[in-house]
Amino acid sequence: MSTQIINTDVLVIGGGLAGERCAIEAAAAGLDVLILSLVPPRRSHSCAAQGGMQAALGNCVKAEGDNPTLHYLDTVKGSDWGADQEVARIFAEEAPVAVRELAHYGVPWTRVRGGRNSYFVKGERIEIDEHLENDGLIMHRDFGGTAKWRACYAGAGTGHAALYAVDSEVVRLGVTVRDRAEAIALIHDGGRCWGAVARCLRTGKYSAIIANATVIATGGHGRIYGHYTTNATINEGMGAAIALNTGAVPLGNMEAVQFHPTALSPSGILITEGCRGDGGYLLDKNLHRFMVDAEPEKQELASRDVVSRHMAQRMRDGKGIETKFGPHLWLDVRHLGEQHLTTKLREVFEICRDFAGLNPANDLIPVRPTQHYSMGGVRVNKDGEAYNMAGLFAVGEAACWDMHGFNRLGGNSLAETLVSGRLVGRRVASFCGKQSLDVSTGVAIAALQEAEEQAARLLANEGAGPSAYEIRDAMAEVMIGKVAIFRTDDELTEAVSELRELHAQCDRVVLRSKVPGMNPELSFALRLKSMLRLALVTAMGALARTESRGAHYRSDYPLRDDEKWLNRTLVRWPAAAEEPVFSYEPVGLLDLPPGHRGYGSDERIEMAGTVENYNAEVDKLQSEHGKLRTEESIGSRIRWGEWGGQQ
Amino acid sequence: MTSQKGAKNRRLRFEVFRYNPEDPDSRPHMQSYEIDELPYMSLFIALNTIRETLDPSLQFDFACRSAICGSCGMMVNGRPALGCRTQTSDLPDLIRLHPLPVFKLVGDLSVDTGVWFREMAENTEAWVHAKEAFDPDAQEERMDDELAQKIYDSDRCIECGCCIASCGVANLKSDFAGPAGLNRIARFAMDPRDARDAAEWFEVVANEQGVFGCIGMMACHDICPKELPLLEVYAYLRRKAVAAAFANKE
Repeated sequence: MSTQIINTDVLVIGGGLAGERCAIEAAAAGLDVLILSLVPPRRSHSCAAQGGMQAALGNCVKAEGDNPTLHYLDTVKGSDWGADQEVARIFAEEAPVAVRELAHYGVPWTRVRGGRNSYFVKGERIEIDEHLENDGLIMHRDFGGTAKWRACYAGAGTGHAALYAVDSEVVRLGVTVRDRAEAIALIHDGGRCWGAVARCLRTGKYSAIIANATVIATGGHGRIYGHYTTNATINEGMGAAIALNTGAVPLGNMEAVQFHPTALSPSGILITEGCRGDGGYLLDKNLHRFMVDAEPEKQELASRDVVSRHMAQRMRDGKGIETKFGPHLWLDVRHLGEQHLTTKLREVFEICRDFAGLNPANDLIPVRPTQHYSMGGVRVNKDGEAYNMAGLFAVGEAACWDMHGFNRLGGNSLAETLVSGRLVGRRVASFCGKQSLDVSTGVAIAALQEAEEQAARLLANEGAGPSAYEIRDAMAEVMIGKVAIFRTDDELTEAVSELRELHAQCDRVVLRSKVPGMNPELSFALRLKSMLRLALVTAMGALARTESRGAHYRSDYPLRDDEKWLNRTLVRWPAAAEEPVFSYEPVGLLDLPPGHRGYGSDERIEMAGTVENYNAEVDKLQSEHGKLRTEESIGSRIRWGEWGGQQ
Repeated sequence: MTSQKGAKNRRLRFEVFRYNPEDPDSRPHMQSYEIDELPYMSLFIALNTIRETLDPSLQFDFACRSAICGSCGMMVNGRPALGCRTQTSDLPDLIRLHPLPVFKLVGDLSVDTGVWFREMAENTEAWVHAKEAFDPDAQEERMDDELAQKIYDSDRCIECGCCIASCGVANLKSDFAGPAGLNRIARFAMDPRDARDAAEWFEVVANEQGVFGCIGMMACHDICPKELPLLEVYAYLRRKAVAAAFANKE
């Protein structure tokens, strides 16, 4: 096979919002940046974000009094205290800048219309006079788990508008993009990363891309749930996987998997939370609005983990609508009216029409909770640097930064991509300023050869082995059946054992197509073992965590346990080892002490020691787990106690 | 539109264009496959079924499978369409699939739209030409919501390439901006945040590569999966060009 070696200052793996925003920052600092992307960047899954991007601008009446501190508090409560609070604080303070920067790049944000406006709030139509002096500022809509209307939006195509604006900046700066290219493995020596081996998805050819700094920005890994996900087909988690495959870099909180309450049934296509934010209801088969009983205060707008659990329970109780594709519930937005649905929720209107043959102005929408977001990912410090591996960074959904903890609030991920992309891009630039690129090409050549041999081994398998697609489907059934919304010891134990067996089968996969070129079957088979590793560490992490926190709900351990589990799961998979290795680090410094979220259950097991004692150990313990030294010391961005009185 | 009417036990016959440029033995040809129709079967489901059960070498592109990413433009019985949004229940028993014309072929149904659209963006400088540097401490510039919605209407293009494939001019002239390109120009021309003046827009749009290259067949308008108001877009650009011409004269 012909091989190629390419040199660059910065390699960004993934052309979605986080990767591109990071690339912009590094390119603007004068660095040579190369973006690898599975698809043309504008087709990245960031484009699928619909309803909004959270930032506390406080521009409309229902947002009055909003500020970054309230956003920070909502984010920490949403995380069920699993988040790194300093990261959540940095995020909440930077989010307004990120939204305004997008306006500068050209995003056509929906704007405040001064004067009389009509909204739906908790089932009532209300009239509100928006202040004339705020006319033309960026508008907000309501989302789940927030104290104020905070989500900034462009129709129901916010991600699309953001991605096109950011990509236009990438084009303006002339950043090189290699689309239809996939990072297969990282080039590293166990403690320093030097780029990645890439496979071209046009030709199947390999190249070694040697880089001073490497950024993983590949998004989530929802496809370990097969088609039981809102995620695009490209969200197979290869960024997290190649980090795990180094043997040194840990992934964080892989058992924290978000199920979005309203995916269209049966296709799994996302229907934005903005539907409920704008006043939509959830109904059961008797057309009963069950969320009012379940969560009297927040109703349909509790956090996603809480709403999804109530929905799943409703269907378990026989109150779902039974179909041959399984049960579903109804989303009712008829009362919002066709005018609203064809403008502020236009993408929802089109999805309902094109994929379910219905008109949401007249018809109920069949929905059910579906895998949606990976809170877990490559564990990084607050500068975005991977644990244990200098020169490796991660941003966006691929990373565990970790502002989401065990449950992400709607609209926070879109904001995270831009805030963290900007911040980590700056850290990447300062890293490249200090570190010289002096790698022996031997490390790169070895990684390249190993990648080529992996493909050759797969192509050489003959006989009656399993197909890659059969193993994928079996994995998906295990994940959706046993590692989903309600989890138990018995089912997780079975899941781990079944996933281990599937993992072992991956090397015996027999390809039926051996055509030259990209060979779609080979392309998928090359990812399969890595996907199974992600699935396995998710199931093992869920089995080990004997408590319920955020989206991780153990029916056999229904309480949040701050005495034993106020920590973050870390998992590494040492080279050549049969099994991954788990360990646990503190979640980070506690500014807001663990408490009630304001929705969901108020029962929990309190932490045994004091917050002061917990905080005293955080830096030491995290460093022992591989956290690299940050530019600013730990806690520098926390505003201790400033939440007082606002909580 | 789509419905559950596919449940009538049809046997679907697909004729699919095949050619793998990476394989010296490959020659362009049509290949036939038969599968059973299922309820809610889109071409996304059908093509994956064919690949996973009948022919693992078949190349095609899907990503979001919800008609927002623009990956899966293809010719469906002679008309450009998004494969994911096309339901087999809306099609006859025989379904002929070809790759989109104009774009470089990657293999089978897969074409290189990414490089084409990046070049278009570079040629038309499809980004906001900012009047001043971003000030992170300043409140956002105000915009009337009506105007924001108008920009959003044009901004919704997903660059799937269906309009380019349907355009007689784009099929003949490789330097024509094409419907998506003209729409992109209009999107920035109507955006008050963009500093380009009438004379600069005149350079970009008032020529054979721009809006005067369009001969008005308007297949683009009928075919656009996002229902962009392309008729209005061209009228807007022509008005803009004429106004700029008068302005230049003065």
